[in-house]
Amino acid sequence: MTKAVKSALIIGGGHNGLACAAYLARAGVQVTVLEAAERFGGAAVTREFAPGFQISAGAHLLFALDEKIRSELQLEQHGLEMAATALETIGLDEDGDYVSIAGGTLSGPGALDEDKTAMTRYQRQMNRFADVIWGLKDQLPPRMGTTAKDDLLSLGKLGLKIRRLGTEDMREFLRITGINVYDILQERFTSEHLKGALSVDGTLGTFLGTRSNNSVFCALHRFNRGRDYALPKGGMGAVSEALAAAAKAAGATLRTNATVASITMDFDRASGVTLSDGETLEADVVISNADPKTTFFKLLGARHLEAGFANRVHHLRTRGCVAKLHLALDGLPGFTGLDETQLGKRLLIAADMQYVEHAFNHAKYGEYAQEPVLEITVPSVHDATLAPAGQHVLSANVAWAPYDLKGGWTEVARADFLERCLSVLERYAPGLRGQILHSELLTPVDMEQEFGMTGGHWHHVELALDAFLMMRPTPGAAQYATPVNGLYLCGAGSHPGGNVTGCVGRNAAKAVLKGQG
Amino acid sequence: MKKYDAIVIGAGHNGIANGAFLAKAGLNVLMVEKNDWIGGATVSRNLHEDWIYSNCSYVCSLLRPEVYRALDLAKYGLQVVPYGGSVTISQNGDYYASYVDGDASRREMMRHSHRDADAEHRFERDIMRQCRFIRQFLLRTAPDPASFKPRDLMELLHIGRKFWDLGEETIYDTMRFYTMSIAEFLDEYFESDLIKASHAGSGIIGSAMGVMSPGTAYVLLHHAMGDVDGTAGAWGFARGGMGAIAKAMHLCFEDHGGTTVSGSGVEQILVKNGKVTGVALENGDEYEADIVVSNMTLPRTFLECMDPKDLRPEFLEKCRNFKIRGSSGKINVALEGVPQFTALKGNTEIMRSDMHLIDSIERLERAYDDWKDGIWSRDPYIDMLIPSLTDPTMAPPGKHFMSLFIQYVPPKVRGKDWTDEDRDAFRDTVFNQIEEYAPGFKNLVAHAEVRTPRELENEVGLTEGNIFQGELTMDQLLFNRPIPGYAQYRGPVKGLWMCGSSNHPGGGVMAAPGANAAREILMDLKKPNTVPEGWADD
Amino acid sequence: MKTFNIDSPMHHKTKVFPSPFHSRQAEWNENKEWSRWYDYLSVPSYTDETMEYFAGRNTCGVFDITPMTKHLITGPDALPFMNRLVTRDVSKLKPGRVGYSVWCDDRGQVIDDGTIFHLQQGQYRLCSQEHQIDWLMINAHGFDVSIVEDTHDVAGLALQGPTSCAVLRKMNLPGIENLTPFGMASFDFEGTQLMISRTGFTGDLGYELWIDPDHAEVLWDRLFAAGELHGIRPMGSDALEMLRIEAGFIMAGADFAPALHTVRSKNTRSPFELGLDWLVDFKKPVFNGRQALLKEQQQGSRYALVKLDIEDNKAAEHSYVYDTRERNIGWVTSAMWSPSAKKNIALATVKRPHGKVDERMLVEIYYQRELAWSRKMAQAVVVEQPFWDPPRRRQTPPADW
Repeated sequence: MTKAVKSALIIGGGHNGLACAAYLARAGVQVTVLEAAERFGGAAVTREFAPGFQISAGAHLLFALDEKIRSELQLEQHGLEMAATALETIGLDEDGDYVSIAGGTLSGPGALDEDKTAMTRYQRQMNRFADVIWGLKDQLPPRMGTTAKDDLLSLGKLGLKIRRLGTEDMREFLRITGINVYDILQERFTSEHLKGALSVDGTLGTFLGTRSNNSVFCALHRFNRGRDYALPKGGMGAVSEALAAAAKAAGATLRTNATVASITMDFDRASGVTLSDGETLEADVVISNADPKTTFFKLLGARHLEAGFANRVHHLRTRGCVAKLHLALDGLPGFTGLDETQLGKRLLIAADMQYVEHAFNHAKYGEYAQEPVLEITVPSVHDATLAPAGQHVLSANVAWAPYDLKGGWTEVARADFLERCLSVLERYAPGLRGQILHSELLTPVDMEQEFGMTGGHWHHVELALDAFLMMRPTPGAAQYATPVNGLYLCGAGSHPGGNVTGCVGRNAAKAVLKGQG
Repeated sequence: MKKYDAIVIGAGHNGIANGAFLAKAGLNVLMVEKNDWIGGATVSRNLHEDWIYSNCSYVCSLLRPEVYRALDLAKYGLQVVPYGGSVTISQNGDYYASYVDGDASRREMMRHSHRDADAEHRFERDIMRQCRFIRQFLLRTAPDPASFKPRDLMELLHIGRKFWDLGEETIYDTMRFYTMSIAEFLDEYFESDLIKASHAGSGIIGSAMGVMSPGTAYVLLHHAMGDVDGTAGAWGFARGGMGAIAKAMHLCFEDHGGTTVSGSGVEQILVKNGKVTGVALENGDEYEADIVVSNMTLPRTFLECMDPKDLRPEFLEKCRNFKIRGSSGKINVALEGVPQFTALKGNTEIMRSDMHLIDSIERLERAYDDWKDGIWSRDPYIDMLIPSLTDPTMAPPGKHFMSLFIQYVPPKVRGKDWTDEDRDAFRDTVFNQIEEYAPGFKNLVAHAEVRTPRELENEVGLTEGNIFQGELTMDQLLFNRPIPGYAQYRGPVKGLWMCGSSNHPGGGVMAAPGANAAREILMDLKKPNTVPEGWADD
Repeated sequence: MKTFNIDSPMHHKTKVFPSPFHSRQAEWNENKEWSRWYDYLSVPSYTDETMEYFAGRNTCGVFDITPMTKHLITGPDALPFMNRLVTRDVSKLKPGRVGYSVWCDDRGQVIDDGTIFHLQQGQYRLCSQEHQIDWLMINAHGFDVSIVEDTHDVAGLALQGPTSCAVLRKMNLPGIENLTPFGMASFDFEGTQLMISRTGFTGDLGYELWIDPDHAEVLWDRLFAAGELHGIRPMGSDALEMLRIEAGFIMAGADFAPALHTVRSKNTRSPFELGLDWLVDFKKPVFNGRQALLKEQQQGSRYALVKLDIEDNKAAEHSYVYDTRERNIGWVTSAMWSPSAKKNIALATVKRPHGKVDERMLVEIYYQRELAWSRKMAQAVVVEQPFWDPPRRRQTPPADW
């Protein structure tokens, strides 16, 4: 039944699609990547948003790119260069009493002594726990309830890994992984301000507030390698370009402006794709970098799936809830309390956990935050290629701004939300308004348009314990292969999820080669 | 001074069940109770003329039938009468009722959504699958996953095997079920907001989470896993009020030679050379025993009734971090007559059932937002029953007892202790809400006992007013309950035991923690076990 | 007339509704016993179940099938929708034809069985034992179809037995005798349309008559007037149960547990395990359960549903089934003494590899005589053919009796 895969089509040239292409090409598979946009990268992309101003339009910080992929695909040789690495996180304060978090080290005028000790412990513990969770990143998720040796072995290994944490840590791991950041931060820290900043790790990009269970899991998912935030030179698009170069060097064919209209079925097997201009392509396997809903409903069609599976896909939670704010600035912004070197760090506006929780509350009812949480970078501090001399770009993730806004994202709604973002920013960086040359607000609806992600969701599918490992995106498609013969997934909707990691692409390539059609 | 074999602190239903099982095994047991009445939160109180209030817990379903039978509670006078059904009354003047009759129920659902009426079967199937799975572990001690003891390894293996037996698809469903919010879970079955809201209430009762908080699907299960006479998920009234349960258990306890001292709380649990030696009461009396079993909440036991020197600081830290946030209040009302709910349009029978005033997921969630901000819900969720329509012993003929369970009510009001003014304002919020649905309601009120978390804690010792003696979240379930490493009813000091709902499998008038603790104690004493096994369900 | 009404929230006062044929059923119901079939009152037996049974085998019997769940599926995607839903190939079902099928979940486990009426191009009626609207709506995602449950908008009578065609001919329904098995036709009738299909649940010559509820009573009257000299009489559900077991027809809730309602998932059955291999068409690229069933076909099934011919005459209801070495291999799901085959028959579920034709088994029968219980280990053999399958069932045009 198994036959060697000789050719593959990859729908979507996001970073995972490119990584997948590179690995398959290296294994001798004839790969063609079909990207609808005019450049590769999907949501890991750099583009001009105002004349002379370049921005990472989707993801804006690099912190999870897999080391293995980096070295195996020789991304540095293919042009990847960091403009800045090991960026601290700074929890901004209106009065300038900010806290600065660098790994386990806490500093800044807002840092309390008791929190400094607690921070070291917290960092150590979260890193250990994240190793367990994030350590699963390369794994083909095991199936449950089977008697297959591979599955049992893989689960056994996970069990052993948890045991190896030692009695105390193991107990703590089993206690906190399923709960919320509010509870664990309350247990550990004193400063409300610090807790606010730390709570963002568990909630940003998800439909969770600080008190929502699952948020510890999400924090752990993000916590890999001690949150070593970096900015690639040339923006996030540089990562995609390096991946594209690696794929090309390995022999993959890369096509842009090639919009896949549908996946072609040959009886019960995916045999190729049809492009929007009518061109048809065939291959042994089709691998989709698109999100599961797009893949299964828009490109394939629910009618080619059995109903139970289609129903599971239908119920995937794909409401994006983060907007993206881009500002072209006529000079460096002045955040109260920060000096110039600090402006290049990861800046957070999350006054305390109640502030974050209130920002989230609105999203539950299809409203945007009245006082949003912002994760800000000013990448031009490190990278002069992004803006004209003396001028800067500011990029911010803004939460919460739900995809399904009640009444829709009308011009009025956009303008009002932008105004709310700017007025919050102005409080932390007085005078910022006057520096703005141009602004761009991408709501989840815009991101859906621009990046083709259903709901404009970063992770394609909500990241949560009920959508992780063997349940991501959903049972039946959690091992990259789908119920449709010859059709695979390689997008963020699959294990281990979103963020610019490349892992999904690499894992999917492995699964394709292992399954061999 | 007389020395007892064991002293049980707190004559709540778990304490009495524990004492009864120990006494049945031949131990000489003393029960100490701070109030001059027994029952704790499982109690019937005569607080106004001829009315009887189930003034804390108010309905019965989870009480383990195995315990009911093993303690011969029927012989000691306990009768549980099912009330059947429920009704959710919405603000737009309609309602959604659930009837005992399956066809009538289905058609009632059809009135709101044809599709939901059929989806209910799928929903019930999936909930029942979860019930069957969890029920197996209620009368068992949770294994310690960090232990290498053969008993723990065997039990882990046992759970693993039961889990594996569910089959691949149900395993995934189970894993999802335990981590999802009740709102998301219901979205996979129903389209009618009213029907979703009516189911969702069970996902938050007693919980400090909202319907959109992941983890609330489990709370629904906690309310669905019981039964009355084998009818899964059914609830009933204990005839004579919930106190009838404690009373019957207590008669059993006394019948087996148990002694009770009431009217003075425990000042301190006495420890000498790392071993428990007895208890000292607030009135100065001291009693000796090598075994002390606490039915009090975890924080009350270790933070209030013990000398910190007798405990490790790490343990105390964990007790302080134990999540036991109150989220509900209770108003017990003596009524001069039956209130008329406009929306029910004369459907008086359904008033015998469990009534809810809510009509959407969003309203439920917004009620929670207020709690997070430290205030009681301005538009609260009300779980309302009139037991006297079923049980003639609760109120004089023609008069009625109404039990109102209200969510959300914070343990403190904006960080400050409750005042009497707050309490009255809270009552007004609730009464005004009911008045809107049932004009004239307020005029029927003869007496009302308002119980905020403050009253709950002060009177029956439920820390922060949490009705489950600790929240039912993943970090406090099974081997994590109450604290990882202490989930087998043994306290951190030799001879000290825990038998309250702070322990596995939690609250809800199950009597399982009390029974499980007794089994463990008897095992350590190498005495014959008097605690029943869970009945097989297959 | 349409008797089902839930417009008022007080509908619960009516736990069950009279069927549109109720007035006529009541006249005939000498036993004055009623049972409930979902929303409607049904009659277990009007006078005597055996007499009613013999009407179905000797003359003709009439059974009210209004309570059966019915769905109307319409729209451009009606055919692909149906084809994804059920296991057999619906594209082979021409307009005017009826087909029996089962439908499965993704695990290949049977949700229900029923009949598909291809009413006209792009329009199907699905009749089922269980309510299906939830599953049908789940299935509808991605298809341009409209699905409504129209159970209460269609009244139905089953007319079954050797004289049934003669009765219908007497009603002046032109060409009725040319209707082939699983065919259907519409007739002008009292100002409305009467739809008749040559279908039934008795394994004999028979028809099912479908009409709007307002014309239910007149249909009954005309039918009974026409049948007066042909031995027509109403049948209750007890007689129907005998007829269907004899025909070897399976029933949801009796011979298999419907997958969407079954808590213990190992208790469901695949079409192969119910002996319905012939309904599974792998030539379709996709249908619910296809992948699981392909796998089952390769790896083997867990159970087999068999027809048993049991020695002696003691009905084997609720019996265990053993192999010849008295090892438990399954249980009986339906059983009776067959008055027409003059055999002691049963449908049983046995573990594979048991269940081959001609295989010998033992059936543990408990029977009561004057309150005293006895037990017998009866010899049984697996048979292939239905216990009752007369040629007249297929004959077109049918003979008069």
